[in-house]
Amino acid sequence: MEEQDKILSEVTQSEYKYGFTTEIETDILEKGLNEDVIRLISAKKEEPEFMLNFRLDAYRKWLKMKMPNWAYLNIPAIDYQEISYYAAPKQQAKYSSLDEVDPELLDTFNKLGIPLDEQKQLAGVAVDAVIDSVSVKTTFKETLAEKGIIFCSFSEAVKEHPELVKKYLGQAVPVADNYFAALNSAVFSDGSFCYIPKGVRCPMELSTYFRINAANTGQFERTLIVADDDSYVSYLEGCTAPMRDENQLHAAVVEIIALDRAEVKYSTVQNWYPGDKNGKGGIYNFVTKRGICRGVSSKISWTQVETGSAITWKYPSCILMGDNSVGEFNSVAVTNNHQQADTGSKMIHIGKNTKSTIVSKGISAGKSDNSYRGLVKILPKATNSRNFSQCDSLLLNDTCGAHTFPYIEVQNKSSVVEHEATTSKIGEDQIFYCNQRGIDTETAIGMIVNGYAKEVLNKLPMEFAVEAQKLLQISLEGSVG
Amino acid sequence: MSVVTDQVDLSLKYTAHYNEVKNALFEDSAEVLNAQRKKAFQDFVKQGIPTRKDENYKYTNLQPSFATDFEFVHEKTVLATANEEVFKCDVPNLNTNLALIQNGWFRKDGKGDLPAGVIFDSLEKIANEKPELLAAYGSIANTEEDPMVALNTAFAKDGFFLYVPKGVIVESPIQIINILKNDVDTYATQRNYIYVEAGAKAQVLWCDHTLNSNQYLSNSVTEIFVGDNAEMEFYTVQNQHNKATNLNSVFVKQGRDSRATTHTTTLHGGMIRNNLKFMLDGENAEAHMYGMAFMDRKQHVDNFTQVIHAVPHCESNQLYKNVLDEQSSGAFSGRIHVVRDAQKTNAFQRNNNLLLTDEATMQTKPQLIIDADDVKCSHGATIGQIDEEALFYLRARGIDEDKARLMMMNAFTHEVVNEIKIEALRDRIDDLVDKRLSGDLARCHECDYQCECD
Repeated sequence: MEEQDKILSEVTQSEYKYGFTTEIETDILEKGLNEDVIRLISAKKEEPEFMLNFRLDAYRKWLKMKMPNWAYLNIPAIDYQEISYYAAPKQQAKYSSLDEVDPELLDTFNKLGIPLDEQKQLAGVAVDAVIDSVSVKTTFKETLAEKGIIFCSFSEAVKEHPELVKKYLGQAVPVADNYFAALNSAVFSDGSFCYIPKGVRCPMELSTYFRINAANTGQFERTLIVADDDSYVSYLEGCTAPMRDENQLHAAVVEIIALDRAEVKYSTVQNWYPGDKNGKGGIYNFVTKRGICRGVSSKISWTQVETGSAITWKYPSCILMGDNSVGEFNSVAVTNNHQQADTGSKMIHIGKNTKSTIVSKGISAGKSDNSYRGLVKILPKATNSRNFSQCDSLLLNDTCGAHTFPYIEVQNKSSVVEHEATTSKIGEDQIFYCNQRGIDTETAIGMIVNGYAKEVLNKLPMEFAVEAQKLLQISLEGSVG
Repeated sequence: MSVVTDQVDLSLKYTAHYNEVKNALFEDSAEVLNAQRKKAFQDFVKQGIPTRKDENYKYTNLQPSFATDFEFVHEKTVLATANEEVFKCDVPNLNTNLALIQNGWFRKDGKGDLPAGVIFDSLEKIANEKPELLAAYGSIANTEEDPMVALNTAFAKDGFFLYVPKGVIVESPIQIINILKNDVDTYATQRNYIYVEAGAKAQVLWCDHTLNSNQYLSNSVTEIFVGDNAEMEFYTVQNQHNKATNLNSVFVKQGRDSRATTHTTTLHGGMIRNNLKFMLDGENAEAHMYGMAFMDRKQHVDNFTQVIHAVPHCESNQLYKNVLDEQSSGAFSGRIHVVRDAQKTNAFQRNNNLLLTDEATMQTKPQLIIDADDVKCSHGATIGQIDEEALFYLRARGIDEDKARLMMMNAFTHEVVNEIKIEALRDRIDDLVDKRLSGDLARCHECDYQCECD
């Protein structure tokens, strides 16, 4: 009995388990933002001229923009001069083997359970780890290179494949697309770049792991994925941050470009530090993610499990330009305590016979607010297009909120758009049924929530699905009552 | 309607006019109406005429409608309106208590059999003679939320006033024929109040018409208070020409155990915006909102609804259907807001749309804001075309394509028609919808003067 109590209290009190900080010597830039800072970042990264111009262009446009306030979020004022825009683990000369990597750093990734070690072939995932905005280590590079796949840090790509970067950067997310994208374009320090050549099916899952470590810094990484004709890639993204009392800003941009008949699958398990029980601290996660199905019959699918962040502002979108292209969005968003999330998807149908599906499952607990906001737009020439959207919300108590804001715009007659949304709580009869069979209420809720989210979790790659399920349970612990 | 006017602030014209007639406005009207006037005007100045940048007017551009130099009707002028014109709005086999509103001014012809105690008269008269009635209820039309409501409140002088005392059941429906007819392009304002006291019951039928081809902008606000255990049905039939703009805001506040239904049939009209806001303020209240619109040419219809579940145990239900032909455009924006602790709420909303051509567009924005957990809320929206398989089924049975399409469209809207509880009215609307869909009603319904409705 005592044992059981111990387990129970351990389980219900386990909060954010990735909240440690690592003592790594870090190269941090002075707080503040101006053109000199941008020039300095660009110089530190030894970037070519076009990148600097790209950054400055973005910065000048950003200065003229205002922070968006249409989301159903309560965002405290952010002082952009109080943030350091560049933080990198020191002595970051190229690592050619693991032995050269700072052991503290390796330890960090071991704690996070990320297989950086190339020996861990079994895991079968190629990882690009980004800590405080700088890519630390990319694994399996050689294996991938044999197939012609480029998978490296963004700064490496700028140096080694400038023609590809120049051609595709900013295509899906133009510099002045929105406030946070413009900020990212101006100051982004690193990220991942991935290019899959014609006809290649990427043999393993590619993965980026993001970690904010230093205090008072923002993380601004940029991911660019280009899938050439007839290629396929599945990409994973995970993130954690230490527990700190002040809020930290994360404004990332992810761009995906799918050419003829290419398929890109992008999965995210977002687990930034959500702040403590009283809503203190946590990451502001303001992310722009967009994919363009440029080619005919191309496909982009977004799958996300959002459990972390104090405030989430994120709308992974698909622009379906090529005829017969397909866009998918599957999301589970969990908010607890004082978290706020305004997330959803945009599907812009431009090509003929384009199809899109949106499945969004929101789960709110504590005093949180969880909103779905989405746009389905069918342009006049997108004949015979099809969209189906389903947004379900689950409320776990009477102090949280669940909101739905879909926008549907149809401009031709042959397209069919359907949208459904429901909001409800877990039925007392369902809980009773479980209790009757000897399952306690907490476990029962966990089971029901997992069942509710199953439709989306099933879309995740296997290793991620297991992690996501655990994450769901942790996020909801202590929310029953 | 394609005038580029973004450069000019159109609200200046209205501001100038207000300042010009301000003294006369205050002198002529009763204290109870003047009380809100100044603040309403300031709220209008603050907000201006909405552009598409306003989230609430994202899908409706009012700028072209306001570009015309309208004349304001601040005085009651009775223009001759032949009886036969009014009779067109007559619903066969329906005995109604009839009143006429012309360019925003109330006129009653004495027909009717209202029970004792029921007041059905002009707002101007009531505001002067029985201001305590108006003051007792106050206003639920918030001028800070919508500039058009603010503009209405700033200029409002007349409209209809209906009061049904406690426990009184008005058997025959009250019909208001709202006509726009003037020698020049006209801006018309009207403010209406309906008070249905506890346990009372009333049905109101409101028909909008334009009687000549001048341009009109009608900005009306109706406030409806439904008392405890009272029942209220409010039917609207909109049938105006293509150069008319109809801004129609209806606010409903419901008490405990009450039932309220609004039902809007939009047959014709250049630019129509229907704002509808329900406040469910007493437990176990029930609200139903129905609407259907049939648009063609370059017509535009925007149904903008809000339902606020402020207390537990209430139910709301919305059903809106649009049939859009030619280059017409439609918009629907529905918001269900369940306030914290409004538990055991059932709130449903559905919006189905039929696009008949590739030029027709539809924009829909159903929203749920839920801050309580023990609720059942859902919304659904579809945009599509006539089911080809069903069409095939009918054609395989020897029904020609046009007829089959018509049957399908009729079936599509019949779900809304069926919700009309007044039988004679239902038959009439059914007939009108039939005519509208088959193209017999392409011009204003039974119109014998040939206005250039393009």
